[in-house]
Parts: sequence; structure tokens; C-alpha cells
Amino acid sequence: MSRRKTERLLSLVVCLLSTRRYLTAEQIRQAVAGYPEQPEAFKRMFERDKEELRELGIPLETGSLSPTDGEDIGYRVERQAYELPELRLEPDEAAVLGLAARVWRSAELAGAAAGALLKLRAAGIDTDEPGADTDVRQGIEPRVATTEPAFGPLWQAVRDRRPVTFAYRAAGRSEPQTRELEPWGVVNRHGRWYVAGRDRGRDAVRVFRLSRIEGDVRFSGPPGSVTVPPDADVREVVRTWDSAPTQEHTAVLRLRPGAGYGLRRYATPAPGVPGVPGVPGDADSSPIDPWDTLTVPYSDTGRFADDVASFGADVVVADPPDLRDAVIRRLKGVLA
Amino acid sequence: MRPRDKAPATAGAATRRARGQAATSAERLQRLLALVPYVVSRKAVGLADTAAAFGLSERELVDDLNLLWCVELRDPDPYCPIDLSYEGGEIVVSQAESIGRPLRLAVDEASALLVALRMLADVPGLEDRSALSRLIAKLETAAGAAAAPSAQVAVQVDKPTGDAAIARIREALTRKRRVHLSYYVPGRDEATERDVDPMRLLVVDGRAYLEGWCRRAEGVRLFRLDRILGIDVLDVPASVPEEAQPVDVDQGLFRPSADDVHVTLEVSAAGRWVAEYYPCESAEELPDGWLRIRLRTPDTRWVRRLALRLGEDGRIIAPEELRAHIRDDATAALSAYANG
Repeated sequence: MSRRKTERLLSLVVCLLSTRRYLTAEQIRQAVAGYPEQPEAFKRMFERDKEELRELGIPLETGSLSPTDGEDIGYRVERQAYELPELRLEPDEAAVLGLAARVWRSAELAGAAAGALLKLRAAGIDTDEPGADTDVRQGIEPRVATTEPAFGPLWQAVRDRRPVTFAYRAAGRSEPQTRELEPWGVVNRHGRWYVAGRDRGRDAVRVFRLSRIEGDVRFSGPPGSVTVPPDADVREVVRTWDSAPTQEHTAVLRLRPGAGYGLRRYATPAPGVPGVPGVPGDADSSPIDPWDTLTVPYSDTGRFADDVASFGADVVVADPPDLRDAVIRRLKGVLA
Repeated sequence: MRPRDKAPATAGAATRRARGQAATSAERLQRLLALVPYVVSRKAVGLADTAAAFGLSERELVDDLNLLWCVELRDPDPYCPIDLSYEGGEIVVSQAESIGRPLRLAVDEASALLVALRMLADVPGLEDRSALSRLIAKLETAAGAAAAPSAQVAVQVDKPTGDAAIARIREALTRKRRVHLSYYVPGRDEATERDVDPMRLLVVDGRAYLEGWCRRAEGVRLFRLDRILGIDVLDVPASVPEEAQPVDVDQGLFRPSADDVHVTLEVSAAGRWVAEYYPCESAEELPDGWLRIRLRTPDTRWVRRLALRLGEDGRIIAPEELRAHIRDDATAALSAYANG
């Protein structure tokens, strides 16, 4: 960085804020120290400076100098558009603010959160008064991570309403496919990020998991070219997409006593089976069955077979036969 | 100010600072535009406090103040719009011209705070909801149009089964009491019983954890709230030992240790979820959508269960001992079917 450039940009901001009328580029060149005399060099530098101010969110206005003469363009920054409005926080609100700013600590929006906090402190707000340490903050530490590289460009696309393209590997697919999406929003659910929007190729609402996006996310249209339907609720779209279908099957499982807790949590004792308490013992020599027989509801045979297989010899499917076969298939697959 | 609340102006600035590089002109300009109102709104502030608030050394801060003081506009007549002094270690801005108020919040800035606050409002068991909703309303008003895009980002918080657990944890934290947990460990398929001295409630990526000193393991442990089968607040004061180190949540919740076993496994396209679900050291593409995953773990029991779950969609490559265990597990399970 150069100190001279910082000085020039700062003078430019003060100059544009101090004027009520629009200033021409030439007037600005004369008022602000550090611009070159040579017209082309000045023009290039001034263009870059304007761009930098806009990127910082400084509302640089352009307008014609007189209503009769539309040729001459001038610049100014209106105080009201520039200044953060008056904002007063109660101590408990300030405490919560400090907590919120920590949420993104190591994530994509961490810089933005820190920038916001800096401006609010500059407005006279103290986020860490000793007396403000109320219950809400005590012992709670919230964090959100954005480890997926796609988060940054997708958030920009959502913010600026731009369509994007990316390579996506859907669950179970061996090859990624190119998708073009009008993104409506990004949602974190169960600790995973999703983007929802209109898939242009399929002309339908689709949800994509960010961790399955491969390579770069590219903008495929200018800012403002995406219209989000006013009734679109991205949280709801992702929730519906992610929710498991209703439970419609029932399995009868035999569980070794003391094992299969992951399944027992959803289980009920099987009807018609004598309630035998689970006594540890040798199954072969015992006259009574020491195993617990339970019924467990499930929806998808394949997924439930995965779950059951993971318990190995501790859980055996008695019924239905297709579930039993699916588990046996997995176990044989291990030995294949 | 406590050290953890010191924040550099931007993440970019933090990275560069870590690499020993200076801030860009734009970043410094941002800081200068905040520095003037920071002092103005407080009438007078000390150099040391201000430097700490901006994450600067006193020398860097003085350099910033000198730069502000030197600003000169030349037309029509030369004048200095900013007047300030920092004699005796106290900063006073006597003239701030047009930059006496901070710049409005940018869309990213407003969104970062609002999305985080709405997530906090979603955390079950927080009693101070009124402060949250008042603050959200005030920030929305202050940010104006810049607040709108934040509605398109959301972090949903998992609701653990019943708010009862979270309420009891909050009670134990506030009253500094020990709890008794009945806790399910899926990797070992065990329900465990233990006494825990609660330290913090962590909400990481929408999932809630109790961090505490586990008296059974004699170490700091994290307990996922949705795996707590039962919790009782004991009438015993919590006593967290001095040596208990809170988990650094910014470094990730689960970190490898030197005693870990190195596991290599390969999964088919249908098993690629493994790389998303478990913390892996590396994932390498193989033909036909297969993936070779390397990971480290202190306890391989869960890998054995994972291998059974994957069936033909996975194969354990190393260590050899683990392969043998898994073959035994599968054989034992199949014989249970053969006998039944």
C-alpha cells in the first residue's frame, strides 16, 4: 500500500462529502492533492479511485451540473446516504451484538462482521462493557463455519442477484454435471450449506449441497438479472428437500442385550413376542431366548439396511424378508 | 476490553497481518473513516485503548492520526478539514468536518450480523430473546436497504429432542452445578453414564454441544445434545480443574492427536458421503467415481461399523489389522443369519 494513495482517497472522500453541488473531475483534481497533471493519467487514476470508494460502500453519486447542460458530469457524496443513522443500544443489546460478531469468527463473513462491529463502535457503541455480561452471553459460544469454497461466490450471486454455473456431483453419481442456477438463497441445515433456486436446465426449483460442487462457481449473467419469486422461502425449500419421507414400514429386529442403542431409541417391544428380559448368557445353551425382539419403524429399505448392517452380529433382522436380504447383501459385500 | 473481542478491520487484514504484510490503502481508508467518529463519539479517548480497539500498535495508531491531521484540500483556498491532537496520550478531535459519523453498513456487514443474530434467536433455551429481537429491529432500521439480502441466508439450529436438556444445561451453567449424563456413543454403540462439570454450551454449525470436564475420562469432552439420553443437575458444585483447556472452536471441534490410527479406505460413488460426513485428511479421486479417503482416529470401532454399513460400496485398505477385524465382524454377522 502507499501512504500517498491513502491520503488521496481520504481527501477525495472528505472533498465529495463537503460539497452540496456536483463537482467536475477537473474541480476534484484541483482540490485533492496527489493527482497527476497529465489528463489521461489523471482520468485512469480517478476511475480507479471511484471504483475503490464504491467497493467500500461509499455512495458516490453522479449527476449533471446543470439541468440545461446534460454533457457535464459531476460527483458528490450525500451526507445522509453516507452516514450510519443514529443508533443507541441498551447494555443487554450490546452484549448480544458482541456474541453475534463472534459467530463468523473464522468463516467467509468474518471480515464483514468485524467491519460492521468497527462501524458500530465508531458510532459510540461499546460491545464489551463489564456490566453488559448478562445471561445471554454467559457460557454460550456460537460458531458457523463456511469451509466450502463455493460459499463466497454463491453468497455474492445471491446478494447481487446473478445466475451461476457450476459442476455438481449428485449423490451416488460417478460424474459431475454442469448446472445453471438462479440462486435464491443459501441455507445451513444440520451443519451443511445448501443453495436453493431455479435450475435453468430443468426449469424447476432445486437444492444443491455446497460440498458437492466441484471446481469454481462462475457468474453466468449480470447483477440484477435474477428475480426471486416474492413468495419463495428458501428455508422451507431446503427443509422440504432434506426431510425424510414418512415412516411406512416396520421391521422386527432381534438385538443382543445391551447392544443396538442407536435402534432401541426408536423401538417398541414387538407385539405377540413374549417380553423376555435381556439376560446376558450363552444363546445356544439357554432354554429361553435371551435376545430382545423389538419393532422399529423405517422409511427407506436401503438406508435402514445400512443402519442395521452397521451393528454387525448384534442386530439380526427377523422380518421383513427384503430388509433381511438387503442386510445380508451388504455383509457379503464386505467380504467380496 | 478482553482480548477475544479485539478484531482486525477485515479478514483480509488479519491474513496479511499474520503474514507480516501491511493493510491495503482501501483497508486503511476504512479504518481511518471509523477512527475519527470513534474518537468524536467518545469525546476523548486514550491512545492505548484506541489502539487496542482497532487492533493496532500505538505507533501505527499515531501514524494514522498524523495522516488524518495532514489531509489538506486545496480549492478554492487550502484548508485542513481535520484537526486533532493526542498530547498526553489522550486523543481529541476538535474538527472532523464531514467524516464525524461512521459510514453506513455495507450489505455484507449488515448480513453477517443479522444472519448471526437470527441464528441466535433460533437457539432453544435462550432466555434473553427480547434483547435479540430489539437489536435485530434496530440494526434492520439502521442498515436500511442493505439489510434486505440477509433474508436470503439462514443458519438453522437443530432442535434437540425436547428443550429439557438444554434448559437443564443452562441451569447447571448458571448455578455452576455438576450434571449426570446418560450419553449415547454411536461409534461404540454404547449408552454411557458419567458425571460432567459443565463449561460452555457450544452452538457450532447449527448443532449444540455441551463442553465440560468429564470426570470419567478426566478430560474436556464435547457432548452432542441430541445424543444425551438423560440429564440430571446434581446438587454438587461443578469443579472444573485449572488445567482444563476449553476447545478452540475456531480450529475445528475435532483434531487429530499423535496416538491416532491412520486409516485408508476407498468408497464408491454411493459412499462418497463419507468424505463429507467425517473429518478426513485427504480425499483422492479414483476411476469410476471412487474416492480414496485417508483419516485419523483415536478409536477404530466406528470404522468397523462404517465398513459394515458400506458393504460393497467401501473397502478398507489399511491398516491390515482393521481389515481382518472387519472380515471377522461380517462373517460373524452372516453366521447369525445362517443360524436364524
